[in-house]
This record gives sequence, structure tokens and C-alpha cells, in this order.
Amino acid sequence: MATKDEVLEGLAEIVNEIAGIPTEDVELDKSFTDDLDVDSLSMVEVVVAAEERFDVKIPDDEVKNLKTVGDAVNYILTNA
Amino acid sequence: MTVENRTVVVTGIGAFTPLGGDAATTWENLLAGRSGVAVLTEEWAAELPVRIAARTAVEPGEILPRPLARKLDRSAQFALIAAREAWADAGFETPATDESSKLAPERLGAVIASGIGGVTTLLDQYDVLKEKGARKVSPHTVPMLMPNSPAANVGLEVGARAGVHTPVSACASGAEAIGYAIEMIRNGRADVVVAGGTEAAIHPLPIAAFANMMAMSKNNDDPEGASRPYDKGRDGFVLGEGAGVVVLESVEHAEARGARIYCEAVGQGLSSDAHHIAQPEPTGAGVARALADLFERNQLDKAEIVHVNAHATSTPQGDTAELKALRKELGEELDHIAISATKSMTGHLLGGAGGIETVATVQALYHRLAPPTINVEELDDDVDADIVRGEARALPEGRIAALNNSFGFGGHNVVLAFRSR
Repeated sequence: MATKDEVLEGLAEIVNEIAGIPTEDVELDKSFTDDLDVDSLSMVEVVVAAEERFDVKIPDDEVKNLKTVGDAVNYILTNA
Repeated sequence: MTVENRTVVVTGIGAFTPLGGDAATTWENLLAGRSGVAVLTEEWAAELPVRIAARTAVEPGEILPRPLARKLDRSAQFALIAAREAWADAGFETPATDESSKLAPERLGAVIASGIGGVTTLLDQYDVLKEKGARKVSPHTVPMLMPNSPAANVGLEVGARAGVHTPVSACASGAEAIGYAIEMIRNGRADVVVAGGTEAAIHPLPIAAFANMMAMSKNNDDPEGASRPYDKGRDGFVLGEGAGVVVLESVEHAEARGARIYCEAVGQGLSSDAHHIAQPEPTGAGVARALADLFERNQLDKAEIVHVNAHATSTPQGDTAELKALRKELGEELDHIAISATKSMTGHLLGGAGGIETVATVQALYHRLAPPTINVEELDDDVDADIVRGEARALPEGRIAALNNSFGFGGHNVVLAFRSR
């Protein structure tokens, strides 16, 4: 079971790979769309990469609720 | 403002080709007679009957940031790089949608064509589907593989709102795009249009398919000598990749902003063969009709023409059929025309050909030099025209014009005309 810091670090690496944002800028209160240059298509990539990395299922209906990095970290911690 | 038959000029050029990462390097290598063809070193190439191609001289990943590059098919990457060069070369510093832009986005268009579109994206993502499952197919697949993707991405880059278009006519696509763009400006729809062609089809499937059509050279042992238009020993085309883009502009608009003008884009001539889905019409009648159309619909004096950048792909039938058409339509005027087959050096870029060859034609007029045709060791007996062989040749002073021919599977014939200023 991953810790909160480990999930954040993993998401930061994923966002860096997909959107080119430096990992240190991927913080809990950051919005994927507004702050991290992750549009709706790239968000699908983030979700698929996170599912594989954290062995979690993130249903399509749930993706719209993951507005910030913190939302995603909490979802993964609760459901992984 | 008159909205009909406005004069169109070329004010910017950009190229990303097997001979260079920009237009100037490509031109230098064309003049030097260098070949961009090499042996394919990928593992998949070993099993193919054709193992040579002309890859771009520079990898687009060295230029575009990774997050952008991974959302673009290789063909769109090429087009974007060439379009950025042409846009800056024309003296534009910001997208038209920027507040500081003096050019209104509603007066700017983009017309970029490709013959096959995002074929490598389609095939690569099919591999992902089979090997890793549906969930792993990239959500960017559709916007990457659609044939209008290069045009749409260039339109986004420069902020074009007058219209973004993608004519598709196999190997005539790039030329058709530039012809379409000329007419957008002529009839008043736009003042500036970014236009060209791109292709990225070096993948085992297209190569196997073209090879099985008996269309490609199998001269695997001599890659640099494989593309040999007009030579007796020619045995098919060599696949190339890359993009060529020009900025076209109404002469009034270009002069008002003090832009450097390379030449006039006189217009286009078009026809279709109604002969065969893939074979050229052997007498050249279809190409001759495109030439006749050019002279009927444009003010262009045959005596002004001093240079033709020929379609000449190095196929046994096509090269000579094109020359027959030029002789039929130009008569004795053909004797003072320097013909260059630059595919001898770049390979055949399919839908990108009209793009890079228009850039070469514009450079030829501007610098008054016709690039050489390499690998013509023994001229075909049926060649009844003045082929520039071996070395580049100076073009005359005064008002001169040049043609760029492009023909595509399906029987599409496009002739573009340019004139010095």
C-alpha cells in the first residue's frame, strides 16, 4: 500500500512524462487543466498510467471529479 | 479591394527534408547534388524487398518538446516545424490570434496536405490494441491519425480562422494544397495562407504495399544511386519523408507590410486522367490537359518558362510520359527549359512532394539556379528535353517563370506556376 507522498510522487512523474511539467510543480492543490496543461485527452492518459502504476481502477465516470492532484491522490489512496 | 484575380506572392518558405532540417540547408544540398537516401537499419526492414528510404536529416524529436511531439503524428511534426520556419521567414512574429498581431486571424488560412495521413499512428496504435488491450490505446489517436491533422495543427499554431483545408490526391496532394491556397487569396477569402505538404510513411506496411505494386526501386545495394529519374536503369521510386511549406500572400498585403517577396505564385492547372487507378496515362494526355488548363486560366507566357521541377519519380513509365506532355503543350519552348528531378536526391515524399518541390522551385527562381538531377548515367532514349544533369545550372536574368509538376495515384494532375519579380 502506497503512502500519500509516494502517490504524489508517482503522479508527478506521470504528469511530467505526459505534459512536461516539472515534478516539483505537481502539488496537491494544482488543477490538472488550469495549472498543469493536462487537457481532457491527456487526462485519460494520466488516468491509465495511474491505474497501472497504483493497481487501481478509475472508472470513466469518476475522472470528471478528479480536478486537482489532491483529488486524484485521495481517490487512489481510498481505492487502491 | 478587388476580390477577384488578385496577384499572389510567396513571402516565406520552410522545409524539413531528407537533405536538411530547414529550407536553406535543403537548398544547399540540392545544389550540391547530395542524396538523402540510405539503408533502413530498423529490424523490421530486414524482411522487406525494399530496404532503402530517405529519412529526414534531423529527427523532429530533437526540435519539438516531448509533450507536444507525443500528441502529433510524425507527419504533423514535420509540417509544424516547416510551417514555423516559413511563418518566421515571412516576418510574422506572433500567431494572428495574438493581440499584438497586425494580421487578422479571419484573413489567414492554412492548407496542408498529406497523401496518407497518420498511417504510422494508426498502425502503431493497432499494435498497442492487440498487444496491450483497448484501455491502452492513446486518447490522442484520432486527432493524430486524421489526414487533416497537420493542417489543423498548423492552423492552431499560426491562428488561422479564414479556413483550414486538406486536399487529398495521393502524390499530388501537396501541390493541390498550394493551388487551393493560391485560389483562396485570389478570390478574396484570405490575405495570407500557410500552405504545403507533408508525409511520414516509412513503415513496413506502406513499403511492402508499394513494393508489391512494383512501384519502388529495389536497388538496396546502392541507396544513393537508387532514385535515378530519366536514367535507362531506373526501376521505381524511393520513399522519402518530410514537409515543405510556403507562406502565400496577396501582393497588396505583402507590399503594405514591407515583406520580402520571393516570387509570384501565378496559379495552377488541373486535370484528371480517367485512365487507371495507379498507372500513369502513357501518352501524357492528362498531364498535357493540366498544362493547357494552366495557360487557359492564368496570364503566363510560355516563353517566360525557363525551369520545370518535374514530378519524375524514377518510374519507367511516368518519367517519359510527363516529358511527352511537356513537349505536346510547350512545343519548341521546351528546348529552353531546364528540367530538374529533385526526387533523385530527396526520394519521393508522396503528399509532401508538392510541398518541398514548391519550396525548391521558389528557391530556383529567387536564386536563379536550377538544381541538378543526380544518377543520370545513361539518359533514356525517349528523353527529348533538356535535363539538368550533374551540376546546378544558372537560370537567365530578366522575368522568368518556373513550373512544379505533381501527379498522384488516381490520375490527379497538378501543375503550379511561379514567376520572378
